[in-house]
Amino acid sequence: MNKADFAVVGQPLPKIDAWAKVTGETKYADDLVLPRMAYGKLLRSPHPHARITGIDTARARALPGVYAVITGADLPPVKFGILPVSQDEEGLCTEKVRMVGDAVAAVAAVDEETAERACELIEVGYEPLPALMSIEDSLAHPEVRIHEYGDGPNVHKNVALQFGDVEDAFARAHLVREDVFYFEGNTHLPMEQHAAVAHHGPDGKLTLWSSTQTPHYVHRLLGKILDMPTAHIRVIAAPVGGGFGGKLDPFAHEIAACKLSQVTGRPVKITLTREEVFYVHRGRHPVLMWIKTGFTRDGDITGCHLRTWLDGGAYGSYGVASTFYTGVINPVTYKMPIYKFEGARIFTNKPPCGPKRGHGTPQPRFALECQLDKAAEQLGLDPADLRRRIVAEPFTKTANHLTVTTIGLAECIDKVVEASGWREKRRALRARPRTGTKKTGLGIACSAYLTGAGTAIYWNSMPHSGVIIRADRGGGVAVLCGATDIGQGSDSILAYLPAEVLGIDPRDVRVHPADTDLTPVDLGSYSSRVTLMCGMAVIQAAQRLRTVIFKAVAEKLDVEPSALVARDRKVGVADDWDKALPFARAVELAEAMHGVLAFAGSYAPPKRAGKYKGGGVGPSPCYSYSACVVELTVDEETAEIDLRDVWIAHDVGRALNPLLVEGQVEGSVYMGIGEALMEEQVFRKGLHKAPSMLEYKSPTTLETPNIHTMIVETDDPEGPFGAKEAGQGPLLPVIPAIANAVHAAVGVRIDEVPITPDKILRALDLKRRGKPARIGPDKLPLFTFKDALMVESAFGLPAEAIAVRPFADAETVTEPPASTSPAASRAPASPAPDIGARPT
Amino acid sequence: MNSAPRPETVKSQLQLTVNGETRDVLVSAHKTLLEVLREDLGLTGTKHGCELGECGTCTVLVDGVPVLSCLALPVELEGAAIATVEGMATDGRLHPLQQAFAELGAAQCGYCTPGILLTAQALLHQEPAPGRERIREALAGNLCRCTGYTKILDAVELAVLRMARPAVVAGGEG
Repeated sequence: MNKADFAVVGQPLPKIDAWAKVTGETKYADDLVLPRMAYGKLLRSPHPHARITGIDTARARALPGVYAVITGADLPPVKFGILPVSQDEEGLCTEKVRMVGDAVAAVAAVDEETAERACELIEVGYEPLPALMSIEDSLAHPEVRIHEYGDGPNVHKNVALQFGDVEDAFARAHLVREDVFYFEGNTHLPMEQHAAVAHHGPDGKLTLWSSTQTPHYVHRLLGKILDMPTAHIRVIAAPVGGGFGGKLDPFAHEIAACKLSQVTGRPVKITLTREEVFYVHRGRHPVLMWIKTGFTRDGDITGCHLRTWLDGGAYGSYGVASTFYTGVINPVTYKMPIYKFEGARIFTNKPPCGPKRGHGTPQPRFALECQLDKAAEQLGLDPADLRRRIVAEPFTKTANHLTVTTIGLAECIDKVVEASGWREKRRALRARPRTGTKKTGLGIACSAYLTGAGTAIYWNSMPHSGVIIRADRGGGVAVLCGATDIGQGSDSILAYLPAEVLGIDPRDVRVHPADTDLTPVDLGSYSSRVTLMCGMAVIQAAQRLRTVIFKAVAEKLDVEPSALVARDRKVGVADDWDKALPFARAVELAEAMHGVLAFAGSYAPPKRAGKYKGGGVGPSPCYSYSACVVELTVDEETAEIDLRDVWIAHDVGRALNPLLVEGQVEGSVYMGIGEALMEEQVFRKGLHKAPSMLEYKSPTTLETPNIHTMIVETDDPEGPFGAKEAGQGPLLPVIPAIANAVHAAVGVRIDEVPITPDKILRALDLKRRGKPARIGPDKLPLFTFKDALMVESAFGLPAEAIAVRPFADAETVTEPPASTSPAASRAPASPAPDIGARPT
Repeated sequence: MNSAPRPETVKSQLQLTVNGETRDVLVSAHKTLLEVLREDLGLTGTKHGCELGECGTCTVLVDGVPVLSCLALPVELEGAAIATVEGMATDGRLHPLQQAFAELGAAQCGYCTPGILLTAQALLHQEPAPGRERIREALAGNLCRCTGYTKILDAVELAVLRMARPAVVAGGEG
């Protein structure tokens, strides 16, 4: 569909919640106050690993102003976890603690201070156990077990997949590189501290308001954790003040607030302190990586073998998925005909890691893109040209059986090369002798990311996203959807798209998100799934509404429904627009004809998982692509990095709102810069070394460079009006681009993030002493991966151009209004074959 | 029940002027301005990110100067003019900064937005035409994790332009 045919899509509109946010009206979870509300606090473990020998709460209970004190003994004896395969957490620990910060008791009191004081009066007996603080520690001490389950002592997950004969691929290569990289862990650092308010009413029903990205999963798990009917639990996600993956698990404070409310009969609020947020995090896994890749003389990849070791922390969380994600997305970007991946996640006595923006993929992306840079140097190729040459083929399958649709990566590379002056500047830097201590360098990297996980967290055949749309006699439209707006703008997307379909103004749409009593399930704000999945569901619901409206208006105007158009808040025949009816009147006619106008839309991704064990992680309806060039200077004396400009081009399929896409890209770039240059979540004797916003360094306005964002549109047949994701993918190339630019500037390789001045100084010192100028890991753990599952490579096989999707409307395939109405959507459920087959 | 009063139960009655309204509050001496604004006065537009004076989220204006409300004590602020985000709009019209932030997508999750708006407002009050670098400096104490600051800087620049428009037109510029 032509861009000019859209009325709402593609417009740089303000977000529908922008006005509330700039006036301070938005009510986040901690802003909620209910009558008789009590304030809760958690008592957390000071030990990284210890057996609990006893808990005495008597003194705390006796403190005036304390309403209740609970321990794990007050909760049903169940373990839970976000993934069905990792049920290893307790709301309040009963037998042992596995990290500093594990919750062991909770208090509800008249105010926070009283609750805090009561926590201090709780006496917990601990018998310390040896603390395993690194991958090496945990593997070296199988006699100390953090958990009793997993793929070996302290091994949470051990996976190995092979697609084709990788040794043969290396034998055929002109150049084979083996490199080792390390990516330090870091955290989401949302500005909002997690908060939850629970109210167990006298009717026995429980309501939880929480700053969560996944109200549905919290809802599902609370039934199990509290051992009460899920039917009697309502979870409402308050607007989230920053998520980035940090609010995706059910947390102890949510569980404790619920239980304390049950015990006291009062609403109970628990808001975490910033220090607690650092400990509960579930952020970026520290990952050690070994990568071996074969190249032809021209830079084509013959095969790639990747090994990853993830420092998982104390619990499973999303870790099994994270482990797969360190391996499975790599073949989506470039032609990689043969691929082998081995990964292991190791338990340690640190806060568990999980999904942070890019979930498991920034680490191997850093490894691969830095290795490509080294290979290009050895092969005498321009690193931009090398990447452009090996971009994957659209509408094919990867070695590991992922289906890729549109790929705008070549255009992304061209755009950043052009805009940054890549060629001219590099030529000039080579030609001009460098004077002074400040050296300039440019670096490039690319990436791909999924637009929504193709499978849910728990196995089921139901929709991933559902919408109910209801038309009001006044011409307004209500959209009910379980999605959670974490700032990315999902509420706004849920207004723009039905407005486009129905020919009304987005301001006529009221969006009611994330309330498990009222809204159909959306799985949550993770894996860049929301715009695509909610978008598809809301388009389907709006089209169903439009169909009945058109039927009623057609009867009134005595025309065929197929002749009608909806635009400018009217419905009528384009050639006879004077007779067009106001949308509100059209709604009345339709309601008179059909009864209540409420329609549902459902979306589930095409079922395209590879037919092998582990094939469920990685498939996505479509993948976004990004290319990034950075320019920086490094001071050879101080090793200070001055990052000046970042050029980034992102293939978003279609920018439903370019302003929001740019915002997502810029935010991703910013977060990538933080990870590349300063952010690190490190521990000493079980304690976080920097659990405050001052000590945990993150970029301010002063460290954030000029970000030049370019949007590339490929109109993907899988996305709503062609859209793909924008919120995570653009983070990925920034980190290796910076590493590559540092090398271009001063000739040292920092194979480890964050890339801090001390590492550069050490590398420069090595360089001066004539040694290999590289800082990075130099040894690998003693670890045996399991025998690889041998699967034939699917590389280059054609993708089915039109995927079969569950819940898609058959009738929309040939629905005439879609093609005759300028304001109407392309039938998204089943695009015309020419769209699907169009190369980018 | 323990009958001895806890030290913090000793409360003072204060008169605070917030957004031009005079309000009587009865608060413990150690309560921060952040707590009193949010909990006693119901002004929840002021947010908190660390409560240690590190992130800028809780910024309000005291006599026009940005102050971290998590470090300020109301007992010291009687007679001062305290301004929060709720007071930025006047006569039902948004401040040009609020308008620009909304239009340009400068508020994503929106949590840091009130503090940034007020910091920017103080800057523009002192310097009506700051350049981008000056805006960067002024906002360096306000962390934002969503936007990469780009749209925030753009929005402040747009507000500067709009607020200066009469002068700009008179000067025959742009």
